[in-house]
Amino acid sequence: MLTFILKRLMLAVVVALTVSFISFSLMFLSGDPAAALAGETASAEDIEAIRALYGFDRPMLVQYWQWLGAALTGDLGESYYFKLPVASLVAERLGVTMLLGVCGISFALLTAVPLGVAAAIRPNSFIDRLSLFLSVAGQAMPSFWFGLILIVVFSIKLGILPPSGATSWKHFVMPTVVLGYYAMPAIMRLTRAGMLDVLSSDYIRTARAKGASEVRVLFKHGLRNAIIPVVSLAAVQMGFMLGGSIVVESIFALHGAGYLAWESIGRNDLPTVQALILIFSMFYIIFTFLADVLNAWLDPRMRSS
Amino acid sequence: MKGSFFKAVIATTMLASTADGAFAGKADDTLHVAFTKELENVDSYFNSAREGVVLMRAVWDGLIYRDPVTNEYKGNLATSWTWVDDKTLEFKLREGVTFHNGEPFNADDVVYTVDFVSQESNGVKTQRNVNWMKSAEKIDDYTVRIHLKDKFPAAIEFLAGPVAIYPNEYYAEVGPSGMGLKPVGTGPYKVTEVVPGQHFVLEKNEAYFDGPKGQPTIGKIDIRTIPDVNTQMAELFSGSLDFIWQVPADLAERLATMEQFTVANESTMRVGYLAMDAAGRSGADNPFTKLKVRQAVNHAIDRGTLVNALLKGNSQVIWTPCFPSQFGCDQDVTQYDYDPEKAKALLAEAGYPDGFSTEFYAYRDREYAEAIALYLNQVGIETDFKILQYSALRELNMKGDVPIAFQTWGSYSINDASAMVSQFFKHGALDDARDDQVLADLDIADSATDPEVRQEHYTKALKRIADEAYWAPMFSYNTNYVFTNEVAYTPTADEVLRFTTMTWK
Repeated sequence: MLTFILKRLMLAVVVALTVSFISFSLMFLSGDPAAALAGETASAEDIEAIRALYGFDRPMLVQYWQWLGAALTGDLGESYYFKLPVASLVAERLGVTMLLGVCGISFALLTAVPLGVAAAIRPNSFIDRLSLFLSVAGQAMPSFWFGLILIVVFSIKLGILPPSGATSWKHFVMPTVVLGYYAMPAIMRLTRAGMLDVLSSDYIRTARAKGASEVRVLFKHGLRNAIIPVVSLAAVQMGFMLGGSIVVESIFALHGAGYLAWESIGRNDLPTVQALILIFSMFYIIFTFLADVLNAWLDPRMRSS
Repeated sequence: MKGSFFKAVIATTMLASTADGAFAGKADDTLHVAFTKELENVDSYFNSAREGVVLMRAVWDGLIYRDPVTNEYKGNLATSWTWVDDKTLEFKLREGVTFHNGEPFNADDVVYTVDFVSQESNGVKTQRNVNWMKSAEKIDDYTVRIHLKDKFPAAIEFLAGPVAIYPNEYYAEVGPSGMGLKPVGTGPYKVTEVVPGQHFVLEKNEAYFDGPKGQPTIGKIDIRTIPDVNTQMAELFSGSLDFIWQVPADLAERLATMEQFTVANESTMRVGYLAMDAAGRSGADNPFTKLKVRQAVNHAIDRGTLVNALLKGNSQVIWTPCFPSQFGCDQDVTQYDYDPEKAKALLAEAGYPDGFSTEFYAYRDREYAEAIALYLNQVGIETDFKILQYSALRELNMKGDVPIAFQTWGSYSINDASAMVSQFFKHGALDDARDDQVLADLDIADSATDPEVRQEHYTKALKRIADEAYWAPMFSYNTNYVFTNEVAYTPTADEVLRFTTMTWK
């Protein structure tokens, strides 16, 4: 087991480095970072001065190597745009995004899993059709549109939730629902499919034949097996929520790390983008690792493999 | 069942909600404003954003003030000024002014500020705002001289604009990052709270001197950064914002029909234009090296329809590479009426009877650029439309790889033609015309101290640029300001929000 974990960790580091290197390279394809930093009113001389000041005149590999060396010692550099240490900037913004991500995935799991189980227990029933409708709507509805609809209803018409900002728990209600609803359909359909598959299997029939209660059949024998792919999916969705909550953060003016990443790309703020890509990819890797461990706990057969 | 479920959800949410902080309005004497852009630093020398200009005018003062309506220069922190020679300006300073932290204002502050910002190594973001100054010299406590690097007649305009005076002792201690977090100026509003990039609170400076900006009346200005314009509208509707600006024309039109809001529209100095590679930098066989092709482009586009259908408001058709209110921006130049048949004929005469295809670049306002591309397509200029980040387009532009592009320029609200035409036609990296005659005229106009000489040579340069159709200037931009009926405000053409001129009704 220890060897397995070490191997996974080494793989994680390689993946994180690869991701960071590719993204570092791609950033240089999006235009001259010196020109972007200098702004619209800068002269050619200003741009050259900035190029020399920030070291953009050095080979890209050298720049990457130096960045990596500093990052390993915890120095993520200084944001070109904000002139603040990237570490403190990211730490300040990551809190909002983490909170939003945890709330979003919790909302998605707490609604999708029960609905998926209910739909599987009674296929083609009202609850099954409702879950199908919700999942189709969730997949089809753009987040920005759904967010605005919620704002219109709950902020403008009813006046019970603030439209934007992040100063109280109420500010997180609508963003959580919007973000969670985006992740919900896939989890719900996967739960339903898994449950249908498991419920028709021989060991469930055996359990029922042995007189096990319906609750025990569903949750102890059924859900425990059906939930395994859902755990993996949820880990991926959680990673997506951290990096991909850009639209939600923008609509609700939450100033989180997702929006910071998006804006920093446009500003060619390389140190910030690099740090965020590294952090987001590490989160992805950690979540998938934890999902594997959880799956191994849920299904003993996976431990040996 | 379903109905009771939704009722339960709504009831629970309503029960859970409590009164949530202050709402906008004159009741608490706080004007709630939204900024779209996340400002990197409140220190006005270390940002290049329009929002930064707004904060700068509220928090700091310059030596001179230009009345935005009459364009008359008035003393601000200076009471008078004289040209000692072509490269030296002397100022008599206002006495009895104090900074927000209590530090008294005097010549030392001016000397410190000028010496700091004019030194390139200190990294002021927009160098052209300050790099014409060499140093400052204290004559006595309330007399100071600014020495220029070279002749620069637009100095007064710059001193009335982006050159704000900082407190020498405080700035020496805290630097740009400290100034960004706790700004200290002499301005009508003092900053009481900064959450970088997200939230600013300004409070009326009760000790503000009796200067040309006027005394502030609104007690508190609360500015939040809300990137999405729809969310800004929702905040406005829900009563937690009083004032939004830069509202797109279609939304502003709808808001104007609602009784609770006032929509004001005013032009800005930003000009949209097509730049063409007349110098053949992107290839000697490039069609835009031919005068008839450039004239055809100018005749192909219906600028009036673009203004009426897309830009609306106080936008106007522009024929020069400058904004009409700018000093030296003579409008009496060749104009090219919309005549697609003439455009096709000109193309045929230039050797392109069936038209040609070209790369067409843009970096903002996609809808305007697409409409322009459509006009070009209609006369046979087939466009390969490419929209890039500004930095990427600028890089291509500087390398001379852009045959034709839709671009814009805001002149940083400097009311002098040098801020635009001289930026692009003096053989710099962005000059696609490279006309020696234009360069010679601009050199004279940019350095002469006699206004008549300046005017004469700007006019010559502008006429030649229009005759040679180096650009196809298009239109000026405008801004929509939307505010609740409790607020009174008249916007100005330089697109600077002036909180001192805002009042409660």
